[in-house]
Amino acid sequence: MEAASFDDKRATPAFGVARRRWSEDAIRVLLLLAALISVLTTTGIVVSLAREAWVFFQEVGVGEFLFGTEWSPIIKPQSFGVLPLVSGTFLITGVALAVAVPLGLGSAIYLSEYATPRVRKTVKPILEMLAGVPTIIFGYFALTFFTPTILNDILRLDVSVFNALSAGIVMGFMVVPTIASVSEDAMSAVPASLREGSFGLGASQLQTSLRVVFPAALSGIVAAVVLGASRAIGETMIVLVAAGQIAALSPNPEEPMYTITSFIAAIGKGDVATGSIQYKTIFAAGALLFVITLVMNMISIRFVRRYRQVYE
Amino acid sequence: MSDVTAAAFEEIAERGPLSRTSGRNRLRELAFRLLLLACLGASILMLGTLLVDIAGDGLGRISLDFITEYPSVIADNAGIRAALLGTLWLMAVCALFIVPVGVATAIYLEEYADHTRWYNRAIEVNIQNLAAVPSIVYGILGLAFLVRGPLDLGNVVLAGGLTLGLLVLPVVIIAGREAIRAVPPSIREGSMALGATQWQTIWRQVLPAAIPGIATGVILALSRAIGETAPLIMVGAATFVSFDPDLMSTFSALPIQIFDWISRPSNDINDYASLAAGGIVVLMILLLGMNAIAIWLRNRYEQKW
Repeated sequence: MEAASFDDKRATPAFGVARRRWSEDAIRVLLLLAALISVLTTTGIVVSLAREAWVFFQEVGVGEFLFGTEWSPIIKPQSFGVLPLVSGTFLITGVALAVAVPLGLGSAIYLSEYATPRVRKTVKPILEMLAGVPTIIFGYFALTFFTPTILNDILRLDVSVFNALSAGIVMGFMVVPTIASVSEDAMSAVPASLREGSFGLGASQLQTSLRVVFPAALSGIVAAVVLGASRAIGETMIVLVAAGQIAALSPNPEEPMYTITSFIAAIGKGDVATGSIQYKTIFAAGALLFVITLVMNMISIRFVRRYRQVYE
Repeated sequence: MSDVTAAAFEEIAERGPLSRTSGRNRLRELAFRLLLLACLGASILMLGTLLVDIAGDGLGRISLDFITEYPSVIADNAGIRAALLGTLWLMAVCALFIVPVGVATAIYLEEYADHTRWYNRAIEVNIQNLAAVPSIVYGILGLAFLVRGPLDLGNVVLAGGLTLGLLVLPVVIIAGREAIRAVPPSIREGSMALGATQWQTIWRQVLPAAIPGIATGVILALSRAIGETAPLIMVGAATFVSFDPDLMSTFSALPIQIFDWISRPSNDINDYASLAAGGIVVLMILLLGMNAIAIWLRNRYEQKW
């Protein structure tokens, strides 16, 4: 009798443990399910883009879409050559990078090689604020201040109210923190021994920064620029507000022009009927945008991995 | 031997050109340093100009009526009530989605996932890629899956909030992972040694220690979501809402309202541009408030192990 009750007492915690293990497994599965939501998101993006884009490409040939020079999906005669959107996207991205690459890299070299830790700690958050400003605000700024005051009045440029130049320059400032912070990480990851060796050979700080640290961090810097470019390509609101809504295959940044993103948003703004050709253009253009930015992100991730492998 | 060295040193010391070169070098050093400072200064100057310009345009519009009135075709009577409520609704839906899902994913990846398994690595790469997908693509996803298509919710607050939630989920996951990783293994080992199960260890030891970091990440994610405009355009946020929205109603949002006012041509009678600037000021105040909370959280609870 006594022995049996003793056994019972010992058995109870053992059962408890067993039950807990079962719940441990259940929790593990629940957590995995949560993690799978992000995979589902990607799947959802790919499926939604591919499905409608597929239907679109049965009406419009892939060749006509990719190489056509006329984009007029609403006004008849309709035409679905995406090149004007692509050229607008790359032109504005080019302007943005022309601003963001020198400013971003200059800031990064200063923060990584020259600034005291205290200055770095104060200045970095201020610089990052530029990346935190909602892009609709940059759009407002480009349209109501940068174009009329800076471009028209101060620089005396004869740009239209809506133009690619203003959108591109303002977008450049939005991209500066991305380029600065990723390339500063790469420069900070360059071992101090390389700098010490350079100084030991009598090189100045300028020579050390530009000829030792910069090349050593090059893969990270390339990653930063590619990531910045991908940000610029994917940005919608600045161009939608400030660059105008005309599909123009033109190399002149003083003119208004659509980008892939601003076209998508302009169509999305109206209530387009599901299944109409306009609805499908959203997905065809979206698929193109997704592929371009995905490829650039992959390149960027690969370059970041390269410098991590070398120095960490 | 030592004479030779001494002579060499003397020669070096006497040589004028060396010091002259170093003088020119010093000038070049200074110029380079100034150039770098100019790069940094240009960006900060731009930020300052933007803030001053917006405050100048918009502060005059800020009044109690501006906050409490519905939109109106007469600019002087227009307010942001519906847009502000819409934004608060969106943030609530977004937070309720990203906190559990983001934290659970972070826990899974840090505490459970075996990183030699291909599917766990695939989840990580996937999150990295999602973080860089343009926001308008999330809008397309929301349009095709949530508003229309399988879920068919219509252009309601729930669809908008979930779309924003999917957009900023990677921010929460990445911040959550860092916060969890920063909890030293000795805490876990101590807990396990006392007989706690893995989940008990996580729930009672790891998570409480990681909460400040996670909370900071959530606030940063929400401060990104609050200013997003493009995805909301795609999911059909309305520009003229004259009722208080709820979970399953159509909605407007602050950035959408701002965008609508920017798009209208301004004239002497209806100054929509200053309305937009007023909306921007309110949006910036919300953003600064959120960031201040995040910074305070980080400084107040930051733990060095």
